[in-house]
Amino acid sequence: MAEFEPRIVAFLCHWCTYTGADLAGTTRQQYPPNVRVVHLMCSGAVDSIYVLKALIDGADGVLIGGCHPGDCHYQTGNYKARRRVAILKGILQQMGYTEDRVLLKWISASEGKLFADTVTKMVDDLKKMGPNPMKQLWNA
Amino acid sequence: MKKLGVFICHCGVNIAGTVDVKSVAEKIGKTEDVAHSTDYIYMCSEPGQQIIREAIREKGLDGVVVACCSPNMHENTFRKAVKSQGMNPYLCEIANIREQCSWVHQKEKGEATRKAEEIIHATLEKVRKNESLEAIAVAVNRRVLVVGGGIAGITASLDLADGGYEVILLEREPALGGHMAQLSKTFPDLDPAFGGLLSKASEVEKHPKIQLHCYSELEDVKGFVGNFDLVIRQKATSVNGAKCTGCGLCIENCPVEYVSEFERGMGIRKAIDMPYPGSVPNKAVINRQHCRYFLDGSCHRCEEVCPEKAIDYDQEEERISEKVGAVVVATGYELYPKEQLGEYGYGEIPDVIDGLAFERMLAPNGPTKGKIVRPSDGKVPKEMVFIQCVASRDPDRYMPYCSRICCMYTAKHATIYKEQVPDGQPYIFYMDIRSDCKGYEEFLQKTIEEKGLLYLRGRVSRVFQDNGKVRVLGVDTLTGKMVEVAADMVVLATAIVPSPGVKELAAKLRATVDRHGFLTEAHIKLYPVESSTKGIYLAGCGQSPKDISDTVSQASATASKIQALLSTDKLLQDPLIAFVDEGICSGCGICVEICPYEAREMDSHRGISIVHSALCQGCGACIASCPNFACELRNSASNQILKMVDTFVT
Repeated sequence: MAEFEPRIVAFLCHWCTYTGADLAGTTRQQYPPNVRVVHLMCSGAVDSIYVLKALIDGADGVLIGGCHPGDCHYQTGNYKARRRVAILKGILQQMGYTEDRVLLKWISASEGKLFADTVTKMVDDLKKMGPNPMKQLWNA
Repeated sequence: MKKLGVFICHCGVNIAGTVDVKSVAEKIGKTEDVAHSTDYIYMCSEPGQQIIREAIREKGLDGVVVACCSPNMHENTFRKAVKSQGMNPYLCEIANIREQCSWVHQKEKGEATRKAEEIIHATLEKVRKNESLEAIAVAVNRRVLVVGGGIAGITASLDLADGGYEVILLEREPALGGHMAQLSKTFPDLDPAFGGLLSKASEVEKHPKIQLHCYSELEDVKGFVGNFDLVIRQKATSVNGAKCTGCGLCIENCPVEYVSEFERGMGIRKAIDMPYPGSVPNKAVINRQHCRYFLDGSCHRCEEVCPEKAIDYDQEEERISEKVGAVVVATGYELYPKEQLGEYGYGEIPDVIDGLAFERMLAPNGPTKGKIVRPSDGKVPKEMVFIQCVASRDPDRYMPYCSRICCMYTAKHATIYKEQVPDGQPYIFYMDIRSDCKGYEEFLQKTIEEKGLLYLRGRVSRVFQDNGKVRVLGVDTLTGKMVEVAADMVVLATAIVPSPGVKELAAKLRATVDRHGFLTEAHIKLYPVESSTKGIYLAGCGQSPKDISDTVSQASATASKIQALLSTDKLLQDPLIAFVDEGICSGCGICVEICPYEAREMDSHRGISIVHSALCQGCGACIASCPNFACELRNSASNQILKMVDTFVT
């Protein structure tokens, strides 16, 4: 059987992490092709439903990328994301997600390598965790 | 159902070398609503754009996806191209298959091809629900606020005012000039700085288009590009500026003396004084913290001697409201605080001073009238040590960046010293010499050759007082030998840091600062004078350390950018902002609380929340916090995002 390849949906803010992901490309950082990017203006615009929908649909992990504290283009969007994710993690536990499949990460526009490293590590971690249990439920 | 077109770029081999573009174009072409799917070697080239234009014309497309590089690169290019065929530009979206696909998965061609296909499918989902939008036209106030009256603020103000725009210039201190007013001569031409500065400052004072507010600070800012509402706090000078002629009688008669900050602690000033001799404006100001009238009411000397009856002890600070369309932040720099430089004996040993203090010593209007003497005993120093990179380029303990001006001003200082004290010996400890502007290297070489300056490459490990001398221990890394100098005086080229209060000011303006407190530009190369907030511009050392030439160039660049911005009466803003479904909004008001721009407001009459389209910046905070999906972002609605997620997961 082929090795399990996790699927990650990433919600990246325009000003920092999306541009950082672009820089990863410009500098030819290589990372596994398991991630799919949704481009948003701000990490504060990541509605909880986006994350929940991705997980319920069967994504193995969700990455939310925003600006470092103090650097948010919209002043405080990243803090809003941080609070939202903190609450969301509690709800996900209740839903039966015992492992941490949602990663909130501050990656600036100049941290292309950090973006590549983050995705690489997340793929490794998710491989250890195994597939999203919800997906198995659908396939049963 | 829309008729969509997909255009896949090879970008030479940048994309096509990894992604099988032909097969992707073929597969995407089988999608039901995709009427046209093709690939081309360079979509952004003129023939590439022509392919898009022709397809729109011939197939009657009403949505376009260009799969190419990042939208940061060519989104505008392609939106313009579709617009030329009468298509609404917001119906064109970019699928980023270069930076975020082909370039990062170069060894996994099969997976990269599958990923590219999915990215295009997801982008198609977005385009399917995109609406035609028009840019929002907002009326523009064609006045400019300049914060900071140093050479950067002065230059920007004059350029703008000469261009016909009204300028409000704010300076925190009682006079214009900033740190440049403290300088003796400037490199590389050894030109006296003061005269040139004063003539510019007087031009500002007399300019009919410039409203000068000295001794004033920006208290509050509201609004957005084209329409900022300001509140200026004008502090009380206790002197009626309209009556004061600057005769100086009050200063002569004032009995209170205290240490002058302008003279870097080496001179004294009076409780009523001018910021510096010949200052612009040339009006006296009372320092209420030192004036005896304000301390205990015991003295009225200045009031008694003033021939113009200009003294006004009862003057109160004023709040002035103004409206402008753009703001220049030219807040300048300060030197690294001496309290934190104990290892150099700075602050403890009187004969260890910083570069600006030495400038005051060299200035003809300074505390020593231009004579170089030891602050401790007034003797002429025969052995002088200059230490460069003090607190600069030292990421472990101090600042990691280069302060940029120190190499040149140290060479200038040593030159002037050698001219004044021909039998003296200057030693310069340096890390390496940076002299990369016009005439700098020549100046440096000339001074080294002609003046016999002794450059020692290495850092200083210790500075301590020893029997009336300042002993400097260091190493010359070129010879590998320890160096010890029994100096009479030491001048430290301390790091440039942002002016105090910049962080708070930036927060008011919604501009950002980096981890050192320097204001950040929108893009270091492409938008170097714009801040990340529209309508807020940068000039001078508040953005990064720079010398006078660079500061003046940058200030002029800023002024010309603002002239372009304000050249129309209407500004066009991106329409990708929030909107409210009035039928769903429950009027809970969460969005009003969460909006960082005061763009959301309750319409109490209808019991719903509304969006001020001119204020909304499209961040999406309200969208994510709305409990019942009543507000959405134009062309990034939740149903679009969720469809994209679907494409990626299922």
